[in-house]
Amino acid sequence: MSLERFINQAVSSWMSEDGPDSDIVLSSRIRLARNLLEFEFPTVASRDSSEAIINAVEERTISGIVPEFGPLELHKVDEIQPLQKRVLVEKHLISPHLAEHSMHGAFLLSENEEISIMINEEDHIRIQCLFPGLQLTECLKVANEVDDWLEEKLNYAFDEQYGYLTSCPTNVGTGLRASVMMHLPGLVITRQMNRILPAINQLGLVVRGIYGEGSEAQGNIFQISNQTTLGKSEEDIVEDLKGVVSQLISQERSAREALAKTLNIQLEDRVFRSYGILENSRIIETKEAASCLSDVRLGIDMGYIKNLSRSILNELMILTQPGFLQQYAGGPLRPDERDIRRAALIRERIRMETNQ
Amino acid sequence: MVCQECNEKPATLHFTNFSNGEKTELHLCERCAQEKGEMFLLSQGPINNFLQGLLNMDSPFQAKTKEPFQQESILQCEKCSMTFPKFIKVGRFGCSNCYETFRDQLVPVTRRLHSGNSTHIGKIPKRVGGTLQLQRNIASLKQTLSEHIDKEEFEAAVEVRDQIRSLEKELADERKGGE
Repeated sequence: MSLERFINQAVSSWMSEDGPDSDIVLSSRIRLARNLLEFEFPTVASRDSSEAIINAVEERTISGIVPEFGPLELHKVDEIQPLQKRVLVEKHLISPHLAEHSMHGAFLLSENEEISIMINEEDHIRIQCLFPGLQLTECLKVANEVDDWLEEKLNYAFDEQYGYLTSCPTNVGTGLRASVMMHLPGLVITRQMNRILPAINQLGLVVRGIYGEGSEAQGNIFQISNQTTLGKSEEDIVEDLKGVVSQLISQERSAREALAKTLNIQLEDRVFRSYGILENSRIIETKEAASCLSDVRLGIDMGYIKNLSRSILNELMILTQPGFLQQYAGGPLRPDERDIRRAALIRERIRMETNQ
Repeated sequence: MVCQECNEKPATLHFTNFSNGEKTELHLCERCAQEKGEMFLLSQGPINNFLQGLLNMDSPFQAKTKEPFQQESILQCEKCSMTFPKFIKVGRFGCSNCYETFRDQLVPVTRRLHSGNSTHIGKIPKRVGGTLQLQRNIASLKQTLSEHIDKEEFEAAVEVRDQIRSLEKELADERKGGE
């Protein structure tokens, strides 16, 4: 398969399209956790009851009437190849838990992959909306529509005091997790991130890297989300997160301005060195790829590099993950083989742009 | 003692970590600790360890004030047979009925997890939530009513009173219809 076709098939809208403030905010996500009244939670449920959940949700989706947000297609985790599962996880469409540990796990996916509904994850139902750029309010609106549509036919476990009941009490209440993925190279280079992180934590928000449980946020990409789900309305949770995100955006912008003034040629040098590595290397590890991609993306945002599209960072940070590389190669690869493949894929992807 | 990271400044912060029975110590200056802070943050363990830690914070104090065989250790969910000690261990409930069973024990837990909150004020499901939205609207209007009365804004108070009456009628109708 040609790389172009592979990418066209592989890329979800949140990775390729521009959204508001998408020079800094890569994506926005809303997740709602819901459970059905009659059944035990998936962590202890029997096979029969897990199957009953899938059937209940499936029945809701095959009513024949296509909901306002478009048709959804049901997939069962057990029927998917291991490599494909990994790809879905790398695209953030399903969780690692659903892919690896769920019994009778399933998910519904919309055509543009903006909506996914996980079934039998930690909770019976997890509705997820993933949009490009900073669009938390829009995400919440769609997630609420999906939620209302499901609730028409399904009996949710809801309590007057505790709200939507969830398997883990960290999600109880609204069941809402709102998160944004941000590219913050300016704040990292100017060493402001270490000062900002503790402050964000004090506001009841959590900061993580996107490349797993690593010791640092690779590629200067940070995921920021709410921790409190009880005692605050959905709108307030989203507004509070948006407030912090706008602060971070303006601080990142001023950090970039300051960098341009004080480090101009050094920064340009750093950007083009990284560009050179991506364009020419024959072996590249995830970590190096992530940091070079971050530099190049910063170079595009700041106008040093003009012939590359901005979506290259979003795309390549996902496409160079182990699952994708192996899917593109058509089979399993050892880590050292992956590093060679990764370098080849990046070179080819850049060539695709510069030839046009 | 000198900071282990930069080997320059004096170490003012001392960390001790136990894992797999092994004890490791880390001595840092303030600046290096701050830089490492990001690392600590990102290497957070799974959520149930975190939860377990939070819940166990109670135990040293409880041990002093309560009898060793307290009622709550026997309390068991009728539907899924979850017990509170087991919940603390796994960090997950077995079914929605657990919230009913452990309602009282759960209040301090949710307070700690959700910045002091223990009551939901967000979305209410249209069908299952039933008349809860109406009840909440009435409660909030009653609040407004008493504020108006306190400020002697009687015209506004009359308006709000009429709104409450019409909502209460709606509520009564709903309840009749539902039976």
